[in-house]
Amino acid sequence: MGQGAVVVAINNMPVIPRGVWGLVHLLPPYNSKDFGERQYTAKVLPLICLIVIMTWCATTQAAVLPQERSDAMYHSYQGGGMSIDGPSILLRKNIGNSVSVTANYYVDTISGASIDVLATASQYQEERTEHSVGLDYLRNKTLMNLSYTTSSENDFEATSISFGLSQDFFGDLTTLSIGYARGNDEVGKRGDDNFLEQADRQNYRLGLTQVVTKNMIVGLSFENIADEGYLNNPYRSVRFIDESSARGYRFETEAYPTTRTSNAAALSANYYLPYRASLYAEAKVFSDTWGIDANTYKVGYIHTFTDDWIIELRSRFYSQDKADFYQDLYQRSEEFNFRARDKEMSTFSNVALGFSVSYEFRFSAANWLKKSSINLDFDHVRFAYDDFRNVLVDAPVGDEPLYEFSANITRLYVSIFY
Amino acid sequence: MKSLFKRHYIKPALTLVFGLLMSGCASIEPWVQPYERENLADPIMSMNRNPVASSYTHHAFQAREGARGAEGGAGGGCGCN
Repeated sequence: MGQGAVVVAINNMPVIPRGVWGLVHLLPPYNSKDFGERQYTAKVLPLICLIVIMTWCATTQAAVLPQERSDAMYHSYQGGGMSIDGPSILLRKNIGNSVSVTANYYVDTISGASIDVLATASQYQEERTEHSVGLDYLRNKTLMNLSYTTSSENDFEATSISFGLSQDFFGDLTTLSIGYARGNDEVGKRGDDNFLEQADRQNYRLGLTQVVTKNMIVGLSFENIADEGYLNNPYRSVRFIDESSARGYRFETEAYPTTRTSNAAALSANYYLPYRASLYAEAKVFSDTWGIDANTYKVGYIHTFTDDWIIELRSRFYSQDKADFYQDLYQRSEEFNFRARDKEMSTFSNVALGFSVSYEFRFSAANWLKKSSINLDFDHVRFAYDDFRNVLVDAPVGDEPLYEFSANITRLYVSIFY
Repeated sequence: MKSLFKRHYIKPALTLVFGLLMSGCASIEPWVQPYERENLADPIMSMNRNPVASSYTHHAFQAREGARGAEGGAGGGCGCN
């Protein structure tokens, strides 16, 4: 490797301070008659180390803490026989210049029942309450965060703790983040006080955002999740042919593997248009050890009117292949060791179209209040299943129509920034 | 062939990787200057403009789909997060 190659390679480094460029010229000229390439490399290495150490010692600029804000939201999901709604309150406050604390209270009130439950049981009503607290600590260009979340239902308890770290590089044009989370689920079953199962979960996250131009940011994120324990839904069943039954089939308990590992990777881009509007797009691939492969694509356009109105239009497309052990209809009871007829394990796709409207205003002239906004987000989603049949329709066994449904997701919230 | 590759490229490659990693801590001569980041700092460029709504939306989809993870970007990247 000659000096020219060294200079070209260093030129391709993301950022080197201008003053350090002069050091590159200190590299000795390469002449194969004087010494071999190995000797040349050995001679050049200390100088390159000097260059990178000087780069390391270059000036730093501080990153910033997340914006202080409070949000009060009403959320609603209506579709597939389910009605889920409730409030969510999110508070974020800084303490000094380097600490930010956050707290979230969230409730799901669930009524009705999905087709999976209707086929085997009656409608139900329950409530899920989630609490989470978090702390962010900023030190120079490094932002660390720690959060703890609990979720409670009458038949399900979950806790998780998460640690994350993000660091700005290359003149704050690049942000690298890593994260780790560990969770534990305690799974119960209504009507069976003796039923108690456990599951553990570990998440590893890696993210990178990069400023490409003064109008464009791209992001890359990767997450590995590993579960171990009881991963079934205790209320879901598989069906198998039983000609002695009046319907021609019967149901029995699902049986999932006790481990699952998944990988997801997403690539996204945001582009600022010349008239205070932006476009964004995201593509995500997913794969797991159960055989599920999925793709997600999102595109959106955000437009502003005056300084007060922000309108967003978006579309999302999702498709997945079924788990290896999924079947809509088994030939006999306990046909395989692992069995699932959970529609989330089947082959299906969904398309979502949505919009958001935000109006920014200032309801108080108080100095501590920067701005406020009222926001409405709405998405309409259509699900279409390729191998999950609607057993609520009277039809020959295995010839029932394929299931499909639509859902509306609404979020109405007020935000204040201070 | 392997030793040829090793002799010619491994050390310089390691040196450059080391250099890249070390230079990562620098904050110098960005090709987008701090004063050029007004557009990037606009909330409409944020991948997570409203955390309370986006975390709920992720939950609503994740509960009904087999896929999970890799939600949202790393945040920031323009010194204005």
